[in-house]
Amino acid sequence: MNGMSASAPPTSAWPMYRALVGIGLLCGLLIVSVFELTRPVIERNQAEALQRAIFQVLPGARSSATFRLVGEDRFEILEGKPDGAPLAYAGYDADRQLVGLALEAHGMGYQDVIRLLYGYSFAEQAVIGIRVLESRETPGLGDKIETDPAFLANFERLDVSLSDDLTRLLHPIEAVKHGTREHPWQVDGITGATISSAAIADILSQSTSWWIPRIRRNLDDFRIAE
Amino acid sequence: MAGLPSHEDTPGTDEFIKGLWRDNPVFVQVLGMCPALAVSNTARNALAMGLATLFVLLMSNVVISSLRRFVPREVRIATYILIIATFVTIVDYVIQAISLDLHRALGAFISLIVVNCLILGRAEAFASKNTVGRSALDALGMGLGFTTALLSLGAVREILGGGTLFGLPLFHDAFQPWVVMILPSGGFFTLAGWLLLFNALAERRERRATLAAEALR
Repeated sequence: MNGMSASAPPTSAWPMYRALVGIGLLCGLLIVSVFELTRPVIERNQAEALQRAIFQVLPGARSSATFRLVGEDRFEILEGKPDGAPLAYAGYDADRQLVGLALEAHGMGYQDVIRLLYGYSFAEQAVIGIRVLESRETPGLGDKIETDPAFLANFERLDVSLSDDLTRLLHPIEAVKHGTREHPWQVDGITGATISSAAIADILSQSTSWWIPRIRRNLDDFRIAE
Repeated sequence: MAGLPSHEDTPGTDEFIKGLWRDNPVFVQVLGMCPALAVSNTARNALAMGLATLFVLLMSNVVISSLRRFVPREVRIATYILIIATFVTIVDYVIQAISLDLHRALGAFISLIVVNCLILGRAEAFASKNTVGRSALDALGMGLGFTTALLSLGAVREILGGGTLFGLPLFHDAFQPWVVMILPSGGFFTLAGWLLLFNALAERRERRATLAAEALR
């Protein structure tokens, strides 16, 4: 201990309570006020980001509607706030015709969870675009899943055709080594980002196996908003 | 840190200049290394992190110095951390309101400004003993010094590692980016280069001062 604190008289409890409780109260007020002020803007930013992503993965879409899955096999338009039920975003073109659905999927990447949105076209029975919403893949290597044009070209028409009874995918999506893609349901990997690019294929494979049979069987549910 | 002058007879401009150059928090004091290395992979991230830190440093220095007679010594660290954490939370919400992409790029490092030793260091060593005006100047100087340093790191890493600056391409298509510069190791290489430069300059200044002193004798 230095000389100063040895000579200073001990502080009584009241000034300590006053300082801690007083400052705590002010800080609390400040944080809650800023949170309340910024909340509408942040929510608007999030909604806009999602809307942009929907139009990116569904080329040709001009408007969209959000649907929630009710029970095992029925979709209805979401009214009010999401309640935790799986959501699907339907995109419509300028003539209000259904273009396809945008679906969210997530799974483990190389560093952390990757969250992405992909577009499904009923007409082509294929994934027609993806957009990574959240990832912490290695800059310069793993993050090529968002920027590499050759890799993104995989998702311009990635086959997810269903069996005749509409219960399963004919060929689940699979990752292959760079340069060895032979079939339209295969994803050509990225050299130097093998794990990240295979993770994208896995995430899509799992999500499409679950979603596509369900939405295909209930295609008419999405036509209500046309 | 504790050895820095805090007496009232130094001119105000000195409080401002020292953080920019002589006691630059990154290149001379080597403080706040975690954000300096982690988010300086592009100039834009570096600038945003620098400005966020500058804001927190300025606000907390001003508040801590204006409350310095009100806060007993025994609870000072707890109150400083409380005040710093408040401003970090505010910065976090404001960045989310400005741009979600930027918030995504800076990730966890915004919250980690709370434990940036530069900020608590200035609170304890300077703001708790000096007037509001001097503390504000000190924070501005240190914050701008930190921002400049991060920007120097981020610019070098982005130019060499991506061939761009603030996202604008600088070279012909044939330029092969040095990916290592964007990876963590590139941060260390770049920092080492800047530290080398700052130390060489400091050494030269000392040598000149010694020569001048000898010439006077």
